Amino acid sequence: MPDRFPISTEKSPNAIMEVILRLKIKDAMVTKVITADRNATMRDIQNLMKDNKISGVPVLDSCRLIGMVSVNDIIHALDKGHIEEPAIDHMTKSLVVLEDDMPLSFAISYFDKYSYRRFPVIDKNRKFTGMLSSRDVLSVMLQELNKEIKELEEKIVNERDELPNQIARDFFIKKFDFENAGKSSFELKKLLKEKNVSSAVIRRASVASYELEINIAIHSEGGRIVYLVDDEKIEIIANDTGPGIENVDRVVEEGYSTANEWIRSLGFGAGMGIPNTKRVSDEFEITSEIGKGTSVKSVIYLEKKNESE
Amino acid sequence: MKVNELASKLGYEILTREHNDADIKDGYTSDLLSDVMGNASEESILITIQGHKNTLAVASQLDFPAVLICNNRTAALDMLETAEKLKIAVLRTKDNQFVSSYKVYCEIKG
Ligand SMILES: Nc1ncnc2c1ncn2[C@@H]1O[C@H](COP(=O)(O)OP(=O)(O)OP(=O)(O)O)[C@@H](O)[C@H]1O
Ligand SMILES: [Mg+2]
Repeated sequence: MPDRFPISTEKSPNAIMEVILRLKIKDAMVTKVITADRNATMRDIQNLMKDNKISGVPVLDSCRLIGMVSVNDIIHALDKGHIEEPAIDHMTKSLVVLEDDMPLSFAISYFDKYSYRRFPVIDKNRKFTGMLSSRDVLSVMLQELNKEIKELEEKIVNERDELPNQIARDFFIKKFDFENAGKSSFELKKLLKEKNVSSAVIRRASVASYELEINIAIHSEGGRIVYLVDDEKIEIIANDTGPGIENVDRVVEEGYSTANEWIRSLGFGAGMGIPNTKRVSDEFEITSEIGKGTSVKSVIYLEKKNESE
Repeated sequence: MKVNELASKLGYEILTREHNDADIKDGYTSDLLSDVMGNASEESILITIQGHKNTLAVASQLDFPAVLICNNRTAALDMLETAEKLKIAVLRTKDNQFVSSYKVYCEIKG
């Protein structure tokens, strides 16, 4: 009984189902394939196998696939004394082929259905385009799932640490990732709106989260921002992994910035981010260690809403 | 005053293909994003020369209906794409920030 392919096309997690339906056979197949042409003898192909350490050779008539010669076919030819004869007379002609446009799930079901380890792949004009082995499928799946997991990690919702009545959100922020800078603040704003927090408080929380998020993106090696919201307050906690700030007393003064020319050309570097954050916070704390990282915490109370309106 | 009305009155080029024709309640002129973040009021039009995507992160945080790019500066393509997604209008004028601020002020406050 053939081993079943380690990925099910019927009851895998959604992320995997999505990947095997999205990826095409042409994304996984090998296109550099050793082939023989229609005039090759079985001996020629035996030599090809030996020289290239392969166990199957597709036979082509110009670009069209007309058969495959396997190690078994070679053994058989040696046994029966056909080894010097044309391959065309002794190759396997009834082939199971895949089309390059089919989803990967199709190939996986073929690996389960047939005992072959690899299939020739043709395009819609029936031209030979490559070979697909189960190993090729697994390797492209792993690459794709790696990407997928990375993305999931970035939007991870950290519910582990939530207390009763508390909402916790956790975002990773990468260095110079302007593509996503502002996204976590956007999420916080959405969450606060849903919670019917007053617009003045939302505004203050937006300032703090945006400034801290951007600072991680432009000044640090990357970090993480956590939002903890309950019925009393919003806590915004920004942590990064370096380079740290030498003198934290200076950064709370308006106008202090180490932003370079390039960062300034993008609209940053007024030296107002930290002062803005401090101003909108009811509690503000910044600690930093050179080589270790910076940690900023801003707390904003919800009930202040009447006061600040 | 609505975005479209302001744009047509002042002859501003509309660079985005779609936006909400929302009400402009106020305005703010600055090229420094933390300055905007800290001091602009919500639902303002932002008058600036910063024609890139970071401007929109701030604009969306503050519910700005429009960003006006001065001095005919180019707006980055990804800025326009993001603006269209957020339905924020990106307008452009040859005027500088000083002149634009005056004209826009007269329209929305005058
Ligand atoms: N996470 C951080 N890691 C290392 N340095 C930081 C970090 N956050 C802030 N800094 C330092 O503190 C300075 C002041 O930060 P602040 O946010 O007030 O101003 P800015 O980011 O330079 O400019 P702006 O926020 O006005 O665009 C920065 O220039 C930088 O030197
Ligand atoms: Mg800053």
